[in-house]
This record gives sequence, C-alpha cells and structure tokens, in this order.
Amino acid sequence: MSAFRHSLLGRLLADPMALFAMVIIAALVIMALLADVIAPHDPGAMNLADRFAPPSATYWMGTDNLGRDTFSRLLQGGRIALYVALTAVTISGLIGLVLGMLAGFGPRWLDNALLFFFDALRAYPTIILALALAALMPRGLSTVIIVVVITSFAEYGRVVRTQTLSLKNSEFILAERAMGASFGRIVFHHILPNVLGPFFILAAMNLPVVITIEAGMSFLGIGVPPGTPSWGATLKDGFDYIRNTPWILLSGGLPLILATLGFTFLGEALRDQLDPRLRKTR
Amino acid sequence: MTAPLLTLRDVVVEFPAVRGLKALTTAPEKRNVRALDGVSLDVASGETLAIVGESGSGKTTLARAINGLVPLAGGTVHFDGMALHEGPDWHAVRRRMAMMFQDPVGSLSPRKTVRDLILEPFAIHGIALKNRRGKALDLLADAGLGPDFLHRYPHQLSGGQARRVGVARALALTPALVLADEPTAGLDVSVQGEILNLMNRIKSGHGLTTLIITHNLNILRHIADRIAVMYLGRIVEVGPVERLLTAPAHPYTRALMAANPEPDPTARRERIVLKGETPALNARPPGCEFHPRCPVARADCAARVPQLEPSETGGRVACHYPLSRESLHA
Amino acid sequence: MSDALKVADLSVHYATREGALQALRDVSITVPEGQIVGVVGESGCGKSTLINALLQLLPENATIPAGRITLQGEDVTRANARRLRQMRGQEISVVFQDPMTALNPVLSIGRQMRDIQYRQPGRRAEKDRRSAEMLARVGIPDPVGKLAAYPHELSGGMRQRVAIAMAALMRPRVLIADEPTTALDATLEVQIIELLKDLQKEIGCAILFISHHLGVIAELCDRVVVMYAGVAVEEGPVADVFLRPGHPYTIKLIECDPGRLKEKVADLPAIPGSLPDLTDPPPGCIFQGRCDRATEICATPPPRRVQHPGHWAACHHAKPEGT
Repeated sequence: MSAFRHSLLGRLLADPMALFAMVIIAALVIMALLADVIAPHDPGAMNLADRFAPPSATYWMGTDNLGRDTFSRLLQGGRIALYVALTAVTISGLIGLVLGMLAGFGPRWLDNALLFFFDALRAYPTIILALALAALMPRGLSTVIIVVVITSFAEYGRVVRTQTLSLKNSEFILAERAMGASFGRIVFHHILPNVLGPFFILAAMNLPVVITIEAGMSFLGIGVPPGTPSWGATLKDGFDYIRNTPWILLSGGLPLILATLGFTFLGEALRDQLDPRLRKTR
Repeated sequence: MTAPLLTLRDVVVEFPAVRGLKALTTAPEKRNVRALDGVSLDVASGETLAIVGESGSGKTTLARAINGLVPLAGGTVHFDGMALHEGPDWHAVRRRMAMMFQDPVGSLSPRKTVRDLILEPFAIHGIALKNRRGKALDLLADAGLGPDFLHRYPHQLSGGQARRVGVARALALTPALVLADEPTAGLDVSVQGEILNLMNRIKSGHGLTTLIITHNLNILRHIADRIAVMYLGRIVEVGPVERLLTAPAHPYTRALMAANPEPDPTARRERIVLKGETPALNARPPGCEFHPRCPVARADCAARVPQLEPSETGGRVACHYPLSRESLHA
Repeated sequence: MSDALKVADLSVHYATREGALQALRDVSITVPEGQIVGVVGESGCGKSTLINALLQLLPENATIPAGRITLQGEDVTRANARRLRQMRGQEISVVFQDPMTALNPVLSIGRQMRDIQYRQPGRRAEKDRRSAEMLARVGIPDPVGKLAAYPHELSGGMRQRVAIAMAALMRPRVLIADEPTTALDATLEVQIIELLKDLQKEIGCAILFISHHLGVIAELCDRVVVMYAGVAVEEGPVADVFLRPGHPYTIKLIECDPGRLKEKVADLPAIPGSLPDLTDPPPGCIFQGRCDRATEICATPPPRRVQHPGHWAACHHAKPEGT
C-alpha cells in the first residue's frame, strides 16, 4: 500500500487536477476505442429527412446539415484526434530524442550545426508551413502528421540537448567514466533515464497542441478530406450554421476543449511529480 | 625500496583559453592555459599522499589527469606497470584505480538504487556474481550501512550516507589505487570523523594506496603519510606530514598552515596574512610564481624559477630562500 | 548596554505533507550594540530559517507560532511591508555565503551601490564618492575604477569584499553574516575575518555571524550560540563556551574538530546517529537520541542551567555553577 502511495501513479491519483485529467483522458480513449460499438448511428450515413434535427432520443446530439448523427461523428473524431496526436508526438519525439542526444554528446561543430537546424525549423510559422505542404501534398491525415512532426521535433531536440549537455558534465557521469563505463552504458543507463522525465512532460504537453493543429488545419480546409468526422471539420461545419443549430459547433468544440485541458493538466501534474525539486514527498 | 605504484614526470595539462574562430586570431602560445605545469610525483605502494592547495591550484585536475578524464599535454604517467600517457586501455586501468568525487550525493547516478550503484563496477567490468544481493550487503556492511539502504535512491541519503556508498563502490573491485577528491567536502564535522575512520580502516585492511585531494588542513595529520602542496599548477613543497605541518619550508605552505583558524580561543595568533589572491592561470607571474604574495620575497625571486630541491627540513621545496626550522620560532 | 537585535522564544514551522516541520523551537538570541555574536551549528540546525525570519523573508509555507524579533526595540514580525523594506539594507543587512549570487551580474558595482543609497539625499557624484570610500575601506585597490566593474570581472575574494562594502554602506545597526568565508580559500578566509573585525570597530555595528566553522567563530566573536536541530542548546562568552562547554552536543562538536588534535589518532571522534525528525521531534531534550549521557529525565524539557555568569546550557545533566 505504502509502495503504491509513493509510486508515480499513486502520487498522480492523490492530485485532484491529475485525477480529473486522467478521468477525461480515460473517457476519451474508451470512446475512441469503442466508437463503433457505442455509436448509435453510422457516422457517415446521411439522412436528408432529418437534417438539422435537434437533440432527441434518436439523435442524442442532433444531426448536421446532411442529417448525419453528430454524436457518432464526435466519437469518430476522438479516434482521429488520438491517432494523429499519438503518431505525430511519437515520431517527432523519437527524432528529437536522437538528434538532441547527438547534439549534446557529439563534437562542438555538430552541436552548433544541429542547433542552427533546430532554430531555423522553430522559427518557421506552423500555419504557413501547413499551407505550403498542403499545396504540395494530398489532403489527409498523413499530411497533418508530417506538418506536426516537422514543426515540433526541434523542440524535443532542444530540450533533450540541454539536458544531455548538463548531464554530460555532472559529477555522476564523470564518476561513471572514472569507473570505466562504456559510452553505451553511460548513454542508456545514466543519461537516457534522466532525459526521459522532462521529455515525457513535454510530450504530454504537446499532445493537445497537436490535436488543435489538426483541428485548425481541418477548419481551414487543408486537413482531413471532406466528410471525415474530425473535430476541426465538425467545428467548421457547425460554424456555418451557428445561428440555428449550435449543437453541431458544440459537438466539435466541447470535446476539443476537454481533451486539450485533460492532456495539459496531465502534463503539468507529471512535471510536478517527476521533477524531484517540485516534489515534496520524502 | 620497491618501485612506486604511481609515477608522474613533468605532467602538463592545458585547457583552451579561447574557443572557436577567435582562437585563429590568437597567438598560439595564448590559446591555452596550463592548469598543470610540470608536476612530478612518486606514490609508493601502500602510502597515502595528500595533495593540498587552494582553488585554482590544479589539485582536482591532477586527479582527473591521472584517471584519464582530462588529456595530458605533456609528461609521463606510469601506474602499476602501465604507461598512462601512451593511450592505455582505460577500461583495464580504471578497474585498478578507483576515484571518489567531491559531491557525495551528486556523484551517484540519481535514478539508480544503492544496490545498483554499488554493484555497478561489477557490471561495467563484466564480472559475474553468484550472489548479487549478498555481495551488495557485504559491501554495504563494510561501509557501515545496513540492509535497509539497498533500495534507497541517492536523494534519500544524507551526505554522510552517500559518502559511505561512494566508499563502498570505490572499493568494490579492490583497486590498487584510490583517488579521493575532497572526501570530506559537504560533510558536517560530526560526520567527517566517521568517514575518515572508515577510509583509514579500509586502507590498512587492504593495504590500499591513496591519493587524497583536500583543502581541509585539519584532517591532514590523521589521514596522510606525505603531503604535496600545490600552487598555480605546480608542486611547491612535498614531504612527510609532520615535517610539513610543524616545519614548513615554503613560505606559502607556512602561510597556508597558519591561515587555519583554530577553535581554541586562547591560542596565540601569529599568522602571516597573505596579500592578494592566487593569480589567474593566464597571468602567471615571472620567476617564482608566488613572489608577489610572498612575505619574504627578494628581488631575484621575480627573475629565476625555483626548482623542487631537497629542503633543510626533510622534504623537497621549490623556493630560493626556504624557511629554516629556526626562523619558525624567531 | 542596549540590544541591537533581540530574538525572543522564536519558533518557526513549515507546513509539509508530513505535518508541521518545526524548524526553530523557542530560540532566543541577543545581540548587544557593537558586539559580534556567533551562531554555530551543523546542517539542519535552522541557521537559514533564522536568517530568513530575521529579514522576514520566510517562504509561504512558514508560520511563526510564537516569539518576537526586535530590531532596536521595534518588533520586526509586526512591521508592515513598507517598513520592512526600509529596514532591510538600512538598519539590518546581510552578507551571504556566495557573493556571486548576492550581486546582480548585469549591473556595475557602482550602480548597485548607488541603488542602495536611493533614500539618501545627494547627487550621483556624491553617492559614488561614498561608495568608493566604502570600497577603499574594505581593502579594494583602485576603488573609483572598480565602480565601473561588473561582478564577474572580480575574483572571489574581491567579490566578497564588495558584498561586505554594500552591506556596510548604509552603516546598518545590525549586520548578518551568513557563512561569509565558507566559499573562500583558507588564506582569503583570514583576510575576510580581519576585515570584518576592523569594520565592526569602525562603524560600530553589531554583527550576527553564522557559521559551522568553530575556528572562525572562536576567533571573531564575543559571544556564541550553539544550535542543534532548531534549538539553541547553549549560549555564552566564546572563551567560556569553547573552554568549558556545558551541553553534551557542544562538547562533542568541539571534540570532533580534528584541528585541535595535535597528535595523529587512529580513531577520529564523531557523533553517531542522525538528526531527529523535525516533524515529530522527541519530547524533552532534542539531542537525547545521540547523547551518551541521556537518561529518563531527558524526556522532559531541559532547564537552562547557568554555567557561569552569562553562560547557560540547556541540559538536565549540565553541572551548574560552582559544582
């Protein structure tokens, strides 16, 4: 019991913000996984007889301009959001981790070159890059993922590089070298575990950003192909009919807000718990 | 006498003073500063040599140069039959030469348990253990820690406890030489005695050779056989511990020993308060590098560089006008 | 003689997850005008909490359940923020352990010293003249030229001299020195001690000198307070406390200093055990867990036994005067 109380999960559950975040995320994940089972209707099925139907027992959250069930589309949207966010964050995180450790550990010229590369990428505005890439590539989720990866791996790279640099010169790494530890042992046993803490915090904080980028791109019409029930696309559809049928807008906006808040709170709670300086337990 | 375990001859270590493009426009002789400038030492098997000096004297650099953590720019180092200046197999060298770092907690990998930390040397050198837990417990017990420490993390240890883990780890592979950089740094006086007793006990038990780097003059008498005093990357005096403490020949050694405030309110205070501070490495004074601060310097001290020569008081000293035993009581 | 600084039965608690951490318990320290009083103690004795309490710069989770701090008769714990700002730097100032962190790295020495005098009348040239005078007084060569220098351009010893000059600039009535020599080399340590002695005579302030170094305290201070785990266990004139310590902790602490042993010993003295848990301190004497004289009576609060006039030790077993 005491061991659990002191484990990361135990400590997170004791934090009300983290608990709230985890409930939201758990609900989101369950809804996304079981979307096909829960959904009362086919999210793509059009029923022109029931266009703009208000919320009712049949259509829990009403229907949109083509008579599609809003709630079923919301569930599908969650699946898309999670897929895009997790894939993009994993790919950009891995690229950033490798490049950041190379920069931190490698020779000075490599560090300088990689830093220049990171800064150049970070300086480029996401939306402009998204528009440029969208013009070159077919519309689709993979375009969204590529845009996110290109714009965000530099951030991971920088964080990992800074961590690696300061760890490289710390006394315990010197002590490992003085004991005869190999390069690989130092990197994988001693540097990596200490880099992963801040890395995962950054990843958790980036998940909601990715979800909003996907929504933003879809809203602008350069994201998912038309008809895909992404939250951003739903938001855009709802926007056109905001005066008469606000439920469409809500079914895109509300889950977006909740998911963003959930991941952000989780990221902050992780940061508080993983950073020993912020942790107050013995 | 048997051959020394560790022999240093004219060891030089340089650090870059300017970096990048600026280095191209700087005169070659100004690109580097010498942190160690011609250090020669012999450490006999089983002896404890203390290196004493103030910040910037190069004492930590010396230990790191011996261990290969900083490269040599010149000179030779022989250890246990291996030539360390000729690109040796450091993996093999470091198995025979353990090092302890200043910060007791900071020199332990923060996400490893005490058990992993003290078994790490075996993992690094590929030594299979039949009973890992048993070995860990034995090593901990030798360092005076109980089994309940096995699963603690470094941040859960006090300075003294972390230092004990460091000692246990340094001795895990029964090395021939231990380099201890400020073993009492960061420890309270009430704890420092326990750690030094532990080191003394293990040293005599294993017949260990030790090089202790310290600025804590109070402990010298109780831990060292010989002392080497460093100033600006050079050894200015070396000799048996009692000789150096009671009859220092170099004015710097004398000032250093006298500078140590004692907790005895009745003690007579005759001290040479040195003028100024240790100069920067890139602004070494000419001649004897101590002459601008020296209370007994004469005109030619600024012109001639003194060499380490046998002193009247029984050690070796680099000073043109060393203090005699009489001058101490004059 | 009046008292420059008086701490009376001060307790400070920190709120933690484990409960209230009693960092200071009933600490009383008196610093008479023009004297140097030392506070000696090892890590965890409450030195930094004491300094923060004196300056009223305690962290948010700290509370002062009892006690008063009076600076020249004025209760600091009741002063409002405006009055506190007036006091700090003008009536009470601090020299910290690490001068590099105490000085602002992006402002010149002269600018920082001028800022300290912002309440003073006079022109800029007048203020700079005063600054240079003070720099000269603390032994800085070329004081006028140094006004334009930045902290990183000075050596460690010079920086600490500058920090002392800044602390002394407004001629405060009380100067707190928080381990001001710990970060310095031995030969610089004695320079700074000499400087503090001279300065104290010149400007006549009272100094509260906090250190873990018994030797430095012995050399500099008139009186000394020994602290252990947030409690003042002994107080008295320096010579008296060091030569005839009454509290077992003080006795042990002095024994532990290897500098006083003139012969090589095989076993250096130490105090076995560790600090008590301050969220749940033992009843009675705070040192009982590590004390070889401890008996059942030590579970009750120890009385302050007067050893000699002006010298007491808080211990049941301390022998009172004349026995």
